[in-house]
Amino acid sequence: MSNKIVVGYDGSDSSKATLDFAVELAKSQGAAIVVAHVLEWSPYSFLTPNELEERHKRRGEELERAEKAVLAPLVKGLSDSGVEVTTALKYGGIADTLCDIVKAEGASQVIVGRTGNSGLSSRIFGSVAGTLAQISPVPVTIVP
Amino acid sequence: MNNKLKAAAWAAPAMLAATAPAMAQSMDQKINDMFASSTGWFVNFIFSPFPGTSFPWIVAWLVIAATIFTIYFGLIQFRAFPHSISLVKGDYSDPNDAGEVSHFQALATALSGTVGLGNIAGVAVAVGIGGPGATFWMILAGLMGMASKFTECTLGVKYRNEYDDGTVSGGPMYYMTKGFAERGLPAGKFMAVLFSVFCILGALGGGNMFQANQAHAQITNVVGDFPGWITGIIFAGIVFAVIVGGLKSIASVTEKVVPFMGVLYVLTALIIILMNADMIGWAFGQIFAGAFTGLGVAGGMVGALIQGFKRAAFSNEAGVGSAAIAHSAVRTKEPITEGFVSLLEPFIDTVVICTMTALVIIITGQLVSDPATGMYLLDEGGATIQTVDGNKGVALTSAAFSSAFGWFKYVLAIAVILFAFSTMISWSYYGLKAWTFLFGEGHTKEIVFKVIFCIFVVIGASANLGPVIDFSDAAIFAMAVVNIVALYFLMPIVKRELNSYLSRLKSGEIHKFH
Repeated sequence: MSNKIVVGYDGSDSSKATLDFAVELAKSQGAAIVVAHVLEWSPYSFLTPNELEERHKRRGEELERAEKAVLAPLVKGLSDSGVEVTTALKYGGIADTLCDIVKAEGASQVIVGRTGNSGLSSRIFGSVAGTLAQISPVPVTIVP
Repeated sequence: MNNKLKAAAWAAPAMLAATAPAMAQSMDQKINDMFASSTGWFVNFIFSPFPGTSFPWIVAWLVIAATIFTIYFGLIQFRAFPHSISLVKGDYSDPNDAGEVSHFQALATALSGTVGLGNIAGVAVAVGIGGPGATFWMILAGLMGMASKFTECTLGVKYRNEYDDGTVSGGPMYYMTKGFAERGLPAGKFMAVLFSVFCILGALGGGNMFQANQAHAQITNVVGDFPGWITGIIFAGIVFAVIVGGLKSIASVTEKVVPFMGVLYVLTALIIILMNADMIGWAFGQIFAGAFTGLGVAGGMVGALIQGFKRAAFSNEAGVGSAAIAHSAVRTKEPITEGFVSLLEPFIDTVVICTMTALVIIITGQLVSDPATGMYLLDEGGATIQTVDGNKGVALTSAAFSSAFGWFKYVLAIAVILFAFSTMISWSYYGLKAWTFLFGEGHTKEIVFKVIFCIFVVIGASANLGPVIDFSDAAIFAMAVVNIVALYFLMPIVKRELNSYLSRLKSGEIHKFH
């Protein structure tokens, strides 16, 4: 089995802490890290005609921004950690898409932070970490 | 500024306010007269009947086209129905394309442009003139119209323009120019220009004035009578903020609430129908009997048929070409898939939603009939059926729903206003696409159109229903005249796409991802 760890990363402080934890873990296990950044997107949302027309253009801009502002600096920062780091950038529902990335990479575990929605909204809609714990095909570590 | 002038400046608005009611009524009247007299010739031409009959040629034009497409594509609207549903669900969408416009989004946006007052007020007008029988012809026209929509939306995607910056522009004007050139046919450019002119008129008429007019009618229905131009100015202001000011928040809230309202509307209609479950058989009896005899309506069976066909066409816009503009933005490698998806539109719009409205009006007994003969009684003018409280248009629908749930008229008022608004936003886009096709893209040129659009909101809210509805229908049908000619010439291209796609679907080359 390949030794890859998928880490959910959204640029928040908590996800940075999660990543630090994952890096330490990877060092001790000799594993590689896949930093997964998911842009939340539903194909069932509603858009105006104008937004439809510009969607393809906006998508390109969003991907470029995420790559430049979020992922590139991060990979650079980790370059001297001694851990092999790759990235995955996708659109979709966050928990579902993380699972897809895990399957596509053949990863052995997935690590996410606990933040994001808390309180009422997560009671109604569920949290990313909670959903992931239920649907993930590999062991999930949730970093508080 | 000296004090005297200042005082005068303050006094002027106060005086204006004092005389406002009287002035307002006469201003509404003036706008109405001016509007009716300047558009009459156009309306008369579009709705002129075949010599010696009362059957308008334009209605035959649309229905014959829908029939031809239905036969030519071998009942595609029924054959492809299940496949259309799985396309919308995203079964065939490549996960790597996530973040692009999905089939569902293109359909939802196109629907929010068509689902609106046609389904609420338009149906009430049709049933009010043509009786319950109009419903039968409306459903039939809706089912046939699915084939027209399939044809035009496939072409819309196939011949759209994709620009370097990633934006797209599509619609009949593009398939007329590019498609005709590809087939070596003349006059494509001419037709595209003609279509664009009518599209602009349609955007200002059905896509704007009719909406403003009925939104005002609905508001006065709830809060009491007041001059239409006031509603017009408020509406124009909000539309202006969205289409000129780029105020995304209003647009996005509307786009989210409109589908919810649509579902609420259908559910409420279903509940009312189920509450009167014992009347359902009778209602369908009225619909069938009315369809073939008229049951005393003006013009008899033909009267019912014309009203049904007219409302279906006006409501779902099949063959008109507007949907081809909305559907062009989808991200797909196969233009035909958008054709499949778009054929659901007349189904949802006309066969489901319009039929619900008609059933509620019939089942709640809004139309007055003679108990002895079972024939519907006509108003003094002899054109429309008597209703319980003399209601017409959207007020008739409102009365029908309120007879079951008193509070529903408030929900309906909000729904009508939101539908009107989202339809205006959609049509401002269609009109703008036609405008830029004619005059070229450019900030100033676009602003000019958008300002004209806002001015027509005020005119629409001020005018009477009669002239507005006539002009709206006429302009939208004029688009269909040009569009359908183009569809006849280009339908072999759609057939080629269809056959190629179906064979690849069968061979498994095109497969589900989920």
